[in-house]
Amino acid sequence: MSTRATREPAGVRLTLIATALAFLGLFLVVPLVSVFAQALEKGWAAYLDALREPMALSALKLTLLTAAIAVPLNLVFGVAAAWAIAKFDFPGKNALVTLIDLPFGVSPVISGMVFILLFGRQGLLGPWAEAHGLKLVFSVPGLVLATLFVTFPFVARELIPLMQSAGTEEEEAARVLGASGFQIFRRVTLPSIKWGLLYGVILCNARAMGEFGAVSVVSGHIRGKTNTLPLHVEILYNEYNFQAAFAVASLLAFLALVTLVAKSAVEWRAAAERTAHAEDPRVD
Amino acid sequence: MGFTLLYLALVILFPLSTLFWKSAALGPSGFWQAVSAPRVVASYKLTFGASLVAAAINGVFGLIVTWVLVRYRFPGRRLMDALVDFPFALPTAVAGITLTTLYAPNGWLGAPLERLGIKVAFTPLGITLALTFIGLPFVVRTLQPVLEGLDPEVEEAAFSLGASRLQTIARVVMPALVPAWITGIALAFARALGEYGSVVFIAGNMPMKTEITPLLIVTKLEQYDYAGATAIAAVTLLASFVMLLSINRLQAWSARLGSAE
Repeated sequence: MSTRATREPAGVRLTLIATALAFLGLFLVVPLVSVFAQALEKGWAAYLDALREPMALSALKLTLLTAAIAVPLNLVFGVAAAWAIAKFDFPGKNALVTLIDLPFGVSPVISGMVFILLFGRQGLLGPWAEAHGLKLVFSVPGLVLATLFVTFPFVARELIPLMQSAGTEEEEAARVLGASGFQIFRRVTLPSIKWGLLYGVILCNARAMGEFGAVSVVSGHIRGKTNTLPLHVEILYNEYNFQAAFAVASLLAFLALVTLVAKSAVEWRAAAERTAHAEDPRVD
Repeated sequence: MGFTLLYLALVILFPLSTLFWKSAALGPSGFWQAVSAPRVVASYKLTFGASLVAAAINGVFGLIVTWVLVRYRFPGRRLMDALVDFPFALPTAVAGITLTTLYAPNGWLGAPLERLGIKVAFTPLGITLALTFIGLPFVVRTLQPVLEGLDPEVEEAAFSLGASRLQTIARVVMPALVPAWITGIALAFARALGEYGSVVFIAGNMPMKTEITPLLIVTKLEQYDYAGATAIAAVTLLASFVMLLSINRLQAWSARLGSAE
């Protein structure tokens, strides 16, 4: 078939490519470059000073801690939820899928607010928490809860379609051959979902470390105590300490770049594995 | 199974239900007063309008970007493809301060625009810009798999039957893309409605003028006006539910169209 059938004239092609590149350049490349340019505006010494400052370090620690709790919990939940939805039939399954997606549809501000309504002074469980000596808002546990809420769908969402399309036949075969539940999961289910799982974890982690709206509402902005990196960026920026704000922001931008690279690598590996499967009839 | 439901109930349902419990405490007339005050209505209009314009911009450019990424080969294509997800990966607060600094009157892009008499930062234009940034991946990522899955034979058939390239695109390609395209635009719009981090810095946050609804909720919370904040949040939540439901419908439509081929 002639290429004229599926291709546009060269002029149109170039115009479209130029438009797309200009749009992406203006909206993605320029902001990315400017984060690092602003961070290094006063040189490397000032840049490193902003990162070594105690408040920045404690914010970094808290961000890592939050992610270290939220990601594994939502990983376990994601696998369990996807398993339940893909391998069993029960009433209300569609409603369950919609509920899992809910945190994506809710404003982060509201996600944070519900925890204040729940555990704050005038909250539903506030008096109970206080009586038990639990401080759940304006505190680290509050930050973790809010992060848990907003990062809840990532893993489940990646796994549900994967597990659904894989079906249950292979697991049933393994069961007939005498494998235990855990063996089935580790040797049959896990290999088929591993890339999706990794993909979900990467996205979940990026959001857990970068969440701002929900965390900002529950944190109470106590410096050195309930400040994560994004909140620290906000405080520095509002104090007109732009260089330091961008220095800390550059860490988060770097995290975003690492996320993109990891994500692309996973996509690439998963695609390579799929073609290998398709080409080699012995595999499977 | 049981674990899934328990976890879901504890982490999602229980917290969300307090929203309704709290706003019910206001009573119908108190609720209505809280959600229809002029300052609140101004914030709805701004949030809705800016989100709509941003989603429309993403609709147009997202279509072009997807087309170029899927159909053409040029140096830097894979890099651009990976970079499309940058707004998803970048923490919103970082996006917020970066865009504000860029478009501030003394910023890299703000200064030349200022000379042309265009103010971006601290105006509704700035808000729209930030919402365009965070909505960018939605249209591209929803359209991309559909366009990739489109069989070129159909286009070849149209061509051999005498259709011009433009006719082929308008009558053959676009109808197949429309459901995914609208879904992408709706997703970008829904995200923009609730967006906070990337907008608060560039918005200027002047009541009645550049105050978005999520910020108004935060302001009320900081003033310990929990009931007022909850009432506005309930309205926002309702809007999100409607969007979520419409998007589910759109996706079902999209899937039906795909299987009908």
